[in-house]
Amino acid sequence: MKRSSGVGIWVGFVAILVWCLLPVVWILSLSLKPVSETAAGSPQFLPKTWTMQNYKDILADGDFTRALINSFGISLIATLLSVIFATLAAYAIARLDFKGKRLVLSIALAIAMFPVVALVGPLFDLWRTVHLFNTWPGLIIPYMSFTLPLAIWTLSAFFREIPWELEQAAQVDGASPWQAFRKVIVPLAAPGVFTAAILTFFFAWNEFVLAISLTSTTASRTVPAQLSFFVGPDPFNPPFSQLATASVVVTIPVIIIVLLFQRKIVAGLTSGAVKG
Amino acid sequence: MSTVIATAETKAGKAPKAQASDRAVGENRLGLKLVAPAVILMLIVTAYPMLQALYLSLFQYRLTNSDEREFIGLNNYITALSDSLFWQDLLNTLIIMVVTVAVELVIGFAFAMVMHRIIFARGIMRTSILIPYGIITVVSAFAWQFAFSLNNGFVNGWLPFVGGDFNWFGGHWSAMFAIMASEIWKTTPFMSLLLLAGLSQVSEDMLEAAKVDGATWWQRLWKVILPNMRAAIMVAVLFRALDAFRIFDNIFVMTKGAEGTESSSFLTYRQVIEQFQLGMGSALSVLLFLMVLILAFGIVKLFKVDLAQARGEG
Repeated sequence: MKRSSGVGIWVGFVAILVWCLLPVVWILSLSLKPVSETAAGSPQFLPKTWTMQNYKDILADGDFTRALINSFGISLIATLLSVIFATLAAYAIARLDFKGKRLVLSIALAIAMFPVVALVGPLFDLWRTVHLFNTWPGLIIPYMSFTLPLAIWTLSAFFREIPWELEQAAQVDGASPWQAFRKVIVPLAAPGVFTAAILTFFFAWNEFVLAISLTSTTASRTVPAQLSFFVGPDPFNPPFSQLATASVVVTIPVIIIVLLFQRKIVAGLTSGAVKG
Repeated sequence: MSTVIATAETKAGKAPKAQASDRAVGENRLGLKLVAPAVILMLIVTAYPMLQALYLSLFQYRLTNSDEREFIGLNNYITALSDSLFWQDLLNTLIIMVVTVAVELVIGFAFAMVMHRIIFARGIMRTSILIPYGIITVVSAFAWQFAFSLNNGFVNGWLPFVGGDFNWFGGHWSAMFAIMASEIWKTTPFMSLLLLAGLSQVSEDMLEAAKVDGATWWQRLWKVILPNMRAAIMVAVLFRALDAFRIFDNIFVMTKGAEGTESSSFLTYRQVIEQFQLGMGSALSVLLFLMVLILAFGIVKLFKVDLAQARGEG
């Protein structure tokens, strides 16, 4: 398989771009159509008249901005905590020899495949008794549990590749253990930790089942949940433009992260799943 | 003198061993300490509620009148398993799983081939492929729901063989098609990245050798490329199949289960959250968990996926 730039590759290239971007452009176009246009029905791809009014409306909608804050807060806290715990565990798995290493990896794998919906009932019941229902921690705790497997998996694959001998080499050269750790190991491990954090953030940002089941008001409802309740009075004729606008707004952080860190994300996704 | 040397030797021989075992004990202890928080966190939210579900599934228990909790043994399971809705939903779930994974595998492989061989614009390619992966499933569901919508969708206008007034969400199969389109769109990129990683492990020398021996492109694909990336394919199939089996977001947004498009996950959710039937919902949760377990076990056994080996742990 030689690398090439033949006609076939060009066709494939265009096909992939269309595949990936068409629905995104579509939702963007829909968000720029005036409400009156979508209410009357506008099956054409691009707007007849372009407007930014939907963006002004959606950002003035208190429930939506509140949901955005919830989403950011919950996702960031869950990511931070999950990555800290996963780093400790992955370090142990990659570097130390201890009993139960396989068991930990098996538990992580089992939880990665766990049907989240199966937990909704018991968690709903439990969270109401311990007063975690409809709170930030009520979502942060399960998000941590469900992102830990991915983070541990990715991080232990990364850590296994680190040349740990360098730490001792630095100590032989006169560095203190702390210096050796900070100046040698941290820079080597940071990209892996960062990648795990991005993947974890994506999971929390995307999560829907728990977000609609364990919340009841905008006190803790995240954007995906808020969007699904944002249907308006007539369920058969949802407010297309506003929903599309809200969709574009929540997609912006994703696109920024992807643009900045695409190489790291790909490395993280494939290292964890295919080869250590 | 010789005895002195001998004792010195035995001492010298013993000391490192004792030290090593001390070290091993310490390492063992440190290892357990480091993994403990993560393991506890993972189990709190899964193992305990699962046991709770197992227990609750034996009761007639509605949240709205929680005092009237009545032990009914396996009756919830019997009711669920003898209800045709349970089987209809399971069938839907399996159809969605098989169709989406099969389509994703083919398209994802084609994408992976393009990404593997392309020499220009690799950054653009990578960025675009990650956008569907990163986008919120609910947003993907809305985008496709609107695309297929009767009044505001472009699909009817673009597809020559569909009438302008065709209502995609008015029939079972067309609604299932729309749901699967959203699912496939969002997850094919992930599949293609996993396959790309497998593809890059196929040795170029072997391909050259096959070419020199006169193998056609088709033969090289089936006899060299695919067998050599078997591990990657199997891991991708396992992950995606189990993920597709849990399908919920797309159905919730696009049809709310109308036109018989409900999945097993959706049924469980509906019992618990909308109807407060915690007993029956728990029984369905347990059944769902068992099905995922059987499915995972089946795929691993059927395709002989060795995850440890795939990770290079041997």
